[in-house]
Amino acid sequence: MHELGITRNIVSIVAEHAGDRRVKRVALEIGRLSAVMPDAIRFCFDVCSKDTPLEGAELEIHEIPGRGRCLECGAELELNEPFGRCECGSVRIECIGGEELKIKEMEVY
Amino acid sequence: MCTTCGCSDGALPTLTDPETGETVGIGAAHDHHHHAHEHNHAHDHHHDHAHSHPHAGHEHGHAHVHATAHGTTVALEAEVLAKNNRLAERNRGWFEGRNILALNLVSSPGAGKTTLLERTLMELSDELPISVVEGDQATVNDAERIRATGARVVQINTGTGCHLEADMLARGLRTLNPPMNSVLMIENVGNLVCPALFDLGERCKVAILSVTEGEDKPIKYPHMFRAAEVMILNKIDLLPHVQFDVARCIEHARQINPDIRVFQVSAVTGEGLVDWYAWLRQQVAAGTQAQVAP
Repeated sequence: MHELGITRNIVSIVAEHAGDRRVKRVALEIGRLSAVMPDAIRFCFDVCSKDTPLEGAELEIHEIPGRGRCLECGAELELNEPFGRCECGSVRIECIGGEELKIKEMEVY
Repeated sequence: MCTTCGCSDGALPTLTDPETGETVGIGAAHDHHHHAHEHNHAHDHHHDHAHSHPHAGHEHGHAHVHATAHGTTVALEAEVLAKNNRLAERNRGWFEGRNILALNLVSSPGAGKTTLLERTLMELSDELPISVVEGDQATVNDAERIRATGARVVQINTGTGCHLEADMLARGLRTLNPPMNSVLMIENVGNLVCPALFDLGERCKVAILSVTEGEDKPIKYPHMFRAAEVMILNKIDLLPHVQFDVARCIEHARQINPDIRVFQVSAVTGEGLVDWYAWLRQQVAAGTQAQVAP
């Protein structure tokens, strides 16, 4: 369950930026191919944010769909897993979206 | 017990040098908790202070309501794993400067990482200096097995953690102090999920899969098999006794990672290890050449 450590990182980064302000909302971008489960992050967030400026903050998670580009023919395709097969038959797919794991913004009081 | 992460004191990462028997805490996570706690304390203090002066207290309350209706949005655009990635790059530079081939060995528990390492150390140590960082949640058993081969080793126990992180490795390297022009084998915690996300600064990941596991493991754990440059298929001496389709397994791995290099070996009988050793020699030679070149 790496989401616990990752959520701890998120809380630490946001708390550092917030300084002595309380945090009202945190917006994350989590790619569908990032191997991180949004539900697990939500579950950990309440625990990790306790006694920090993020306690009680709203957690907003934007899921980014997986996108790949075929390295043989250049076509773009949707990816539901970190691999796929292009219509041209190639499995040489470069991932161009969906691996995000980013804190987009925060709203402070 | 730590209220933020739920870890107990005994569950923090530690580093053990089996040569001296010394164990030290390397609990970065706990430091962070203290930081957050102090921070909150400062806030409370400020608040109390405002309350003791009625006028100031009123102003404070007014500003607070105002801010509630119009919170300020601050763009952060911060990568969650940025800190680990930064530390991993530092490790990578350190390895390059010393011409150390660092390999991150990953697998499920029981795939035979330690046995493969023991055999590799015994058969190559005369020509290639190899040192080892052992990662496990608990015990120094694996470090003791490695030490018995005569190799230099340190053990990192991650406590509640399910993978090694770049700062733990950096700490381990300070104690291990691997020599120039050598090989460093990092045996990660047995886990095919989390270690894929945490760069340690290694030259590449080597995934070890044994034929007593399912042949579809590469597609069940695609992140890891995509992140790895090498797949070692271990325990092939057991193939007559198990239902495992080698060709199908390799096909699955190449579906995810078309360029993955595959070695079929038995760390017990020694079958196929000659190819793995040849690859190791070739990697070390390539590193030496890169150092000589301007």
